[in-house]
Amino acid sequence: MKRLVAAAIAAAVLSSAAYADTIKVGVVGPFSGPFALQGKNFKAGIDAYFAINGNKVGDDEIEVIYRDVPQADPAQSKALAQELVVREGVQYLAGFYFTPDAMAATPLLEQANVPMVIMNAATSAIVTASPYVVRTSFTTWQTSSPIAKVAKDGGVTKVISVVSDYGPGIDAENAFKTAFEKEGGTVVEAIRMPLSTNDFSPIMQRVRDSGAEAIFAFLPSGPTTLGFVKAFNENGLKGAGIKFFGPGDFTQESDLPALGDAGLGLQTTFHYSVSHDSPENKTFVEAAAKAIGNPAELSFPSVGAFDGMYVISKMIEATGGEQDAEKAVEAVKGLSWTSPRGPVTIDPESRHITQNIYLREVVKDADGKYINKEVQTFEKQGDPGLAFVKK
Amino acid sequence: MQTVFSIAIDALAYGMVLFVISIGLSVTMGLMRVVNLAHGAFAMIGGYLASYAARDLGLGYAIATLIAVIGTIIIAIPIERFLYRRIYGAPELTQVLMTIGITFCIIGIANFLFGPTLKTIPLPQTLQGSADLGFRSIATHRIFAILCGLVVAGALWFFIERTAFGIKLRAAVDNAAMAAALGVRTEVVYAVSFAVAVGLAALGGVVGAELLPVEPYYALRYMVTFLVVVAVGGAGSIPGALIACLLLGAIDTTGRYLAPEYGEFFFYLAVILIVTIFPRGLAGRLK
Repeated sequence: MKRLVAAAIAAAVLSSAAYADTIKVGVVGPFSGPFALQGKNFKAGIDAYFAINGNKVGDDEIEVIYRDVPQADPAQSKALAQELVVREGVQYLAGFYFTPDAMAATPLLEQANVPMVIMNAATSAIVTASPYVVRTSFTTWQTSSPIAKVAKDGGVTKVISVVSDYGPGIDAENAFKTAFEKEGGTVVEAIRMPLSTNDFSPIMQRVRDSGAEAIFAFLPSGPTTLGFVKAFNENGLKGAGIKFFGPGDFTQESDLPALGDAGLGLQTTFHYSVSHDSPENKTFVEAAAKAIGNPAELSFPSVGAFDGMYVISKMIEATGGEQDAEKAVEAVKGLSWTSPRGPVTIDPESRHITQNIYLREVVKDADGKYINKEVQTFEKQGDPGLAFVKK
Repeated sequence: MQTVFSIAIDALAYGMVLFVISIGLSVTMGLMRVVNLAHGAFAMIGGYLASYAARDLGLGYAIATLIAVIGTIIIAIPIERFLYRRIYGAPELTQVLMTIGITFCIIGIANFLFGPTLKTIPLPQTLQGSADLGFRSIATHRIFAILCGLVVAGALWFFIERTAFGIKLRAAVDNAAMAAALGVRTEVVYAVSFAVAVGLAALGGVVGAELLPVEPYYALRYMVTFLVVVAVGGAGSIPGALIACLLLGAIDTTGRYLAPEYGEFFFYLAVILIVTIFPRGLAGRLK
């Protein structure tokens, strides 16, 4: 009996050491439905990573398995993550566009011995849910805070905040308020409007009546941002000299053609613009544009996915392809590299990405294409929202 | 006082846009007794056609609108002939299942053909920018939408109440068998009314595109709003739909100005109250 066990163990050890393994990575994201474009960007970022770096780490081959959660649906996300771990035997979970989806899957990680690399979900608290969570995207706090300084430097002291009434919107409101008050400004009024709002004229009337010099706004990317910006222009607020500030969700590249001239001059802060000028980004955009098919559809989730795959490959390298979540996460703590968005580091304490946040302005480039032109850099920004979570 | 005027104007504009988009549904539901959940899908087809004609082919706004209305009717003809004709007079559940199925198919096809991104319909120079009313400025296309609403309401009222065809239509709705016995070709009457309703949907999709941008999920996103207008106004009544749109527009706009954090609470509260007091809508026809 003893010999049999010894033989079995020997066989197991030998087989894992001698043969190249296929390491499976399960990616959960919205690949169909209203947010399919964002899922498509995940896929483009991952495909771009493989196109540039190949899908092998040492002898091990990476295989990506996709699972579709069309809209924020925690129950389905958890079920799919479980299925990926149990049935498909994935060693890594990745993706996650919506915060509730990521949160729902975190309780699985420790038991399953699986690290999770978040490629988008932007609420600060996720990294505190499990020690095996690493994030390569951004948080709303991280992207919304620097614009307070921009507003102050522009001579603005009274701002009205207008956000969509849901998690990230409230995050954005708090982030801006905290940062702006630190700069010595005041938020004269904070309006939360329902996600389903179509007609923003009454909101604009309120902005006008509030006497603020500038508006800070946050809405989820998509159809409503277009209506919001148009209402801002058409109700004469732009003409009245009221400034417009917001995080870059407003002007994601795939929405810019629809915004058209109405978007020109909008200033937003964000971690990545497709037009970022660096050799790394050129290589990335070329590969990602090829992967997505239509370059106009390329947007920020692609870079989160690209860097997510980089982190996973480093994890595989560190563990030699063995399933060891703790070792894997430990290996990438403090990891620094040059991403298409600029220099980044995984903060060893929070496991969230420390990165440059850029102030961008929507302009027309030489080919008549609308781009987010970077005009100012805020270097090495961590996540200020984390302090807020711990309190 | 200025603020009150200002809200009133916003309410009028929003209500009229709602009216242009929803009136087609009121016609199909009230006059043809078909619960047409695919109404938004036809409005979306109109929006896509106009966007394609104006943006990609570079045609003028008026021509693009015309192409959208006629194109949508042409697309709808086979759908009416092969699918809708089976469900005239069928139980509501059958109609709901059939039309929601059609909606999903159209969403899928639109997503495949035009992609998931937003499509805009470029406005002509005259409708761009905003007009100064003295105390505030309002987008010119909103004034255009208000005029469109008034024209549509007038024309439709005349068509149904004052023409021979309108009489045949009302006869066919009230008693199809009797109307047929008297020589009214009910199939033709239904087909024409369906075409009119679809054409109105397409027009609404184009005129309302500034407020409700065209994208594949348009068909589902605004379905509840359209249904609410019909339920409150009373299916099939043009003055009813007009009053409902203006009323709901006013309530929604005022609520959003005074207490945006309550969301659509006031809107739906008003809907509940009106439907409780007038179960057939403000101007519903008795069966």
